[in-house]
Amino acid sequence: MRRLGALVRKEFIQMVRDPSAILIAVVLPLILLFIFGYGVNLDSNTVRVGVVLEDHTTDMESLATSFKNSRFLNVRMGLDRREFEDDLVAGHIRGIVVIPRNFAVLTARGKTSAPVQVIADGSEPNTASFVQGYVQGVMDNWLLHRLEDQGAELPTPMIDIAARFWYNPELKSRNFLIPGSIAIIMTLIGTLLTALVIAREWERGTMETMMTTPVTHAEIILGKLIPYFILGLASMAICWGVGVFYYDVPFRGSFYVLFIVTALFLICALGQGLLISTLAKDQFVAAQGAIVSAYLPAFMLSGFIFEISSMPAPIKALTHIFAARYFVTSLQTLFLVGDIWPLLLKCMMSMIIIACVFYTLIARKTSSRLDG
Amino acid sequence: MIFKGRIGALIVKELLTLLRDPKSRFLLFGPPILQLFVFSFAATLEVKNVSLVIYNQDQGRHGHEIVHRFAGSPTFNDLHFVYEEYEVNPVIDEQKAIAAVLIPRDFSRNIEAGNKTNIQVILDGRRSNATQIVNGYIGRIISTYSQELLSLEKSIAPVAVAVNRNWFNENLLYLWFTVPSLVGILAALIALMITALSVAREREMGTFDQLLVSPLLPYEILIGKTVPAVMIGLMEGLLIFTMGRVAFGIPFTGSFILLVLAILAFVMSMVGVGLFISSISKTQQQAILGAFIFLVPAIALSGYAAPVENMPVWLQKVVSINPVKHFLITVKGLFLKDMSLGDVWSNSWPLLVIGTFTLSMAGWFFSRRLE
Repeated sequence: MRRLGALVRKEFIQMVRDPSAILIAVVLPLILLFIFGYGVNLDSNTVRVGVVLEDHTTDMESLATSFKNSRFLNVRMGLDRREFEDDLVAGHIRGIVVIPRNFAVLTARGKTSAPVQVIADGSEPNTASFVQGYVQGVMDNWLLHRLEDQGAELPTPMIDIAARFWYNPELKSRNFLIPGSIAIIMTLIGTLLTALVIAREWERGTMETMMTTPVTHAEIILGKLIPYFILGLASMAICWGVGVFYYDVPFRGSFYVLFIVTALFLICALGQGLLISTLAKDQFVAAQGAIVSAYLPAFMLSGFIFEISSMPAPIKALTHIFAARYFVTSLQTLFLVGDIWPLLLKCMMSMIIIACVFYTLIARKTSSRLDG
Repeated sequence: MIFKGRIGALIVKELLTLLRDPKSRFLLFGPPILQLFVFSFAATLEVKNVSLVIYNQDQGRHGHEIVHRFAGSPTFNDLHFVYEEYEVNPVIDEQKAIAAVLIPRDFSRNIEAGNKTNIQVILDGRRSNATQIVNGYIGRIISTYSQELLSLEKSIAPVAVAVNRNWFNENLLYLWFTVPSLVGILAALIALMITALSVAREREMGTFDQLLVSPLLPYEILIGKTVPAVMIGLMEGLLIFTMGRVAFGIPFTGSFILLVLAILAFVMSMVGVGLFISSISKTQQQAILGAFIFLVPAIALSGYAAPVENMPVWLQKVVSINPVKHFLITVKGLFLKDMSLGDVWSNSWPLLVIGTFTLSMAGWFFSRRLE
């Protein structure tokens, strides 16, 4: 126990002396929370489009005005679509709406519908579908008002849709992105930092030196893991504080559950870092390994930004082996919903299984490491 | 001629260090290809395979018809049915379904009587992006049905309809967006990691001091470290480009020469950032973590995860110093839009400025270490 205490103290001193660990635990969370608080916004606010009026009749002018007045569209007017084609290629606008020359003739005839061409920039698929949606919305409104002005009896829809968004009624992206970004930070501290620190000991040969001392393997490993476990918890506290107090993300779960979930995830992440550094011989390989097997999956395969259910089946299956997936779900639930035990227990069990796999592999590898 | 003289020797030595044995070659080119395959399929904002819970209290035919339409839609392929109101809650809470559709008891009766009626939709706000899209799908199915009920009574053709076309990517395939972006992101990742670590490792091992006392001038060391990393980054970019064309069948409409030049400018700027980080770090750990502090915001604010236009205006100005953002515009433009020289240039000169600035900063720090 005294030996372990000494090792932990040594690791802490090293951590404080090299500011990069603190940078990852304190500065990176602030940067990430900032980015996901302000920068990454999936809700399209206003889209820049060009509206082409090929003729000037009252009808066409009034439709063009509706486009101009829409708060979702930022409109530039033109007379010919060729004016806008270069802008669409350069990405200055995301769509072109063409109100055609024969619009007046067709609308006057009454039998056929006049086509309004909407050209969206398909190189940004998400924005393109927003462009279509917004243009459709403006046109629906305009048609309704036009009928109203003509004094026609309005066809009211028979079925009203009452949509309610639970847990996040204002649909702020921030509310689900911030819990997700905490998972990324924990992954970096747990896996990347630990993998680097231990790989360095191997690289410099100090690991072998330690093994020749009376310290046992378990003590060496624990001596490495405990300080980073504590660093991870400290970082979690910072993220929680900033998220709840600065970004107004609600927290509806209870602290002890948050603690259990975080501890379980950190145990997995630390185990993964330890395993990587046991397999890798130097820091470059360890860093590569941590990025490929931990950081990028935490970003892409955890359901944090990209919806898991939409992924193809093999990749969906792959997401199950990453603890980050369960951690993101637990965090989003704890922050926005509360202690939903059936879901949380499932996540906890999965993390425990993943941790067991990691530590079994480590136990196998460490004993044979000196011969290799 | 580049491989002659002192600088040439250093470049050859750097390339040998990086490409010497099969294992390090694999580490440079293996993971990016794996990532290309996994992430290009994973990184989609499309919503498919939606799970839905339906609580239909209505016994009449209109309720059945609505349920039938959800069941028939390819988007909703995971339907749960509940028969009591209290069962709805846990299904949403435990994420067994992303949305619930509640059809009231008097639904059919009201429609037959010509009265208005309503359907309640409950959505899981935890996944708000997906939820909004699902809400759109549900809305479309219900309002189409509502429209059909009306047009049975009287037929009115709307005066104008929107005819949608998507240029550059007619079917809005998400892969056409992700794969070109990954050419940039993965090449950046490798170029940055190689350079961030190269000097830091030499410093940690003590060989950097040996390099400094050699006849090489600081700028020669800088060139000797830059050129190999740029070459590897370019190879990486072209490899992923080829995979994108061959394995994913992404169309490439632009000029290949322009693409190579744009990748070169981009990789140079990333190498500049990497060497700068390397020049101010004392250990490899600092260099790797420093690279991360740069890389995470650079990728998150590049337009890959979310469009740059959605950011607040002041932040859009700040991200114009982000090399990844500029390159993604170019690479997507060259793949899909046959971007012209002028547009490529207007997105590439910032890269040259960033590269020149960071490389001269790195050079300055190198020579300062000397004293």
